[in-house]
Amino acid sequence: MSHKHPVTTPRKSATFDDYTLSEIRRAAATGIYDIRGSGTKRKVPHFDDLLFLGASMSRYPLEGYREKCETSVTLGTRFAKKPIELKIPITIAGMSFGSLSGPAKEALGRGATLAGTSTTTGDGGMTEEERGHSETLVYQYLPSRYGMNPRDLKRADAIEIVIGQGAKPGGGGMLLGQKISDRVAHMRNLPKGIDQRSACRHPDWTGPDDLEIKIQELREITDWEKPIFIKVGGARPYYDVALAVKAGADVIVLDGMQGGTAATQEVFIEHVGQPTLACIRPAVKALQDMGMHRKVQLIVSGGIRNGADVAKALALGADAVSIGTAALVAIGDNDPKWEEDYNALGTTAGAYDDWHEGRDPAGITTQDADLMKRVDPIAAGRRLANYLKVMTLEAQTIARACGKNHVHNLEPEDLCALNIEAAAMAGVPLAGTSWIPGQGGF
Amino acid sequence: MPVFDLATTELRALNASLHALDKNGENAEFEVINPRGAHAVAVGIDAPVDVHIKGSVGYYCAGMNETANITVHGHAGPGVAENMMSGKVVIKGDASQYAGATAHGGLLVIEGNASSRCGISMKGIDIVVKGNIGHMSAFMAQSGNLVVLGDAGDALGDSLYEARLFVRGKVKSLGADCIKKDMRPEHIELLGKLLSDAGITDVKPEEFTRYGSARQLYNFNIDNADAY
Repeated sequence: MSHKHPVTTPRKSATFDDYTLSEIRRAAATGIYDIRGSGTKRKVPHFDDLLFLGASMSRYPLEGYREKCETSVTLGTRFAKKPIELKIPITIAGMSFGSLSGPAKEALGRGATLAGTSTTTGDGGMTEEERGHSETLVYQYLPSRYGMNPRDLKRADAIEIVIGQGAKPGGGGMLLGQKISDRVAHMRNLPKGIDQRSACRHPDWTGPDDLEIKIQELREITDWEKPIFIKVGGARPYYDVALAVKAGADVIVLDGMQGGTAATQEVFIEHVGQPTLACIRPAVKALQDMGMHRKVQLIVSGGIRNGADVAKALALGADAVSIGTAALVAIGDNDPKWEEDYNALGTTAGAYDDWHEGRDPAGITTQDADLMKRVDPIAAGRRLANYLKVMTLEAQTIARACGKNHVHNLEPEDLCALNIEAAAMAGVPLAGTSWIPGQGGF
Repeated sequence: MPVFDLATTELRALNASLHALDKNGENAEFEVINPRGAHAVAVGIDAPVDVHIKGSVGYYCAGMNETANITVHGHAGPGVAENMMSGKVVIKGDASQYAGATAHGGLLVIEGNASSRCGISMKGIDIVVKGNIGHMSAFMAQSGNLVVLGDAGDALGDSLYEARLFVRGKVKSLGADCIKKDMRPEHIELLGKLLSDAGITDVKPEEFTRYGSARQLYNFNIDNADAY
């Protein structure tokens, strides 16, 4: 007669989970750190942890089908002779030609223009596709200065000086050789097929005092017409914003750790920088302390996905938001219709992040002439415009429910938080209480 | 010839007047007096004009220059001729850090010494320095030529790409992936032309040593990790 003892269920370590084990094996086999695109994939406190209270006895809602709720935003009112006027408070973030294909850049320009908003260049310079199809184009001024020239500077609608980005505050970039086509190599003035390193620091200034002089130069070159943005990653938002104001920014772009990158070390993406939610209130506090809130506009990016996220960012004090990853998804990134191709690359739709390898089945993060044909810039641009309109309608719906006739009238008092972490980061009460944890300094 | 006295005239008026010049017009001539270390003097020009600056300038003089010939009869602060596209800039005195940074074209002549990071990230400019240059010069230099009649400081040409470096004096140390290379006939010819363009007649190209990229860091290799 056999006898079996009860056995315990096989139990995997929470510390050494499947992903961690696979990474150890990968590192051991290759001897090189993992590089990938996109932003953090870990779960961090986010806009989902906030709720709007809505109107009630003490607040009057606006009628959704009768009463207007404005969404326009003007960027660059501090010094620029020609501020940017946008119909919606959602812009398209900087993404490079080189990292993205020409048709993808064109689609972003078309979509943004249809929706009445701006798009942004990236490392690698301005392409004709992008300038031609973008009514309002922000020109990034990056440490590498790849493709940087005064002609493009003068035909931009605004200049964005990039100090850092949320995926990698303190890090430069790398465009690996397999994505360096003849055209990309020519634009960047480097040989074809070599890895192109993008510096982490600007080559001709150091620190905020120098930056003030650099901004003076850019304004002189462009006859004080263009709004000057400063983009920072979510590192020390209170002080970074204060110093950006001091350096003379018209607009500050603040990118939290959910913000994407074309290619960076996984360890950098996941372990450096703060979540977007944690960055907004300190940034707004800095502007308020300097008497510059709404005078220097704040654009928040990193993990914006829908109109609720837009409304929450604005309620916390932002003037606008910016989307990158979500815009790529709208134009076709990680679309399940290419599942077989994703499987062939050892991944699945929704998880594909080897953007640096240039084999993107969706034809977006590639320079492969055949793959990029999968992006129809007109249809993809239409999808992006549709998505931007939906986000805007959603934000308006929430704003009206809170009794606001402009999305900028949303305020922290319209919010509560679902957990202590989000309450502390957003500076709003924990739901059901009047408790705001963490008050007393950042 | 218009004369702008920066002691009594706003910098904006000078740059606006320079920007108003017709890029296809006749060659113009401007004089700037009393610059007194002002920043962003004569920046963003895109027209044929000779600009004579009588005195020393601050940061970014001649920044992003196209076409113009700009002469500073004094010293220049950081970032002189940064991102220049074409034209010629001559500094009669010394230049501070980042001279000719990221510049795509044109000729920058520094008759005195240049400080650190001269020609950083240069993308096609020709730079001729009659004196010495400081440390980390030609860092990540992509293309163009850097000619130094004197000595170079530490870490010359660190992580450089395809730029050519010609040094007549001593090099304190070479940066990562920068090596000494042979002077072939085409380099002698090129250097002769650069010296001539800079108005230098008393120095021979054969007196220089050429440095360039070993091209060992062009594609990431874990075995080179110590070099980064």
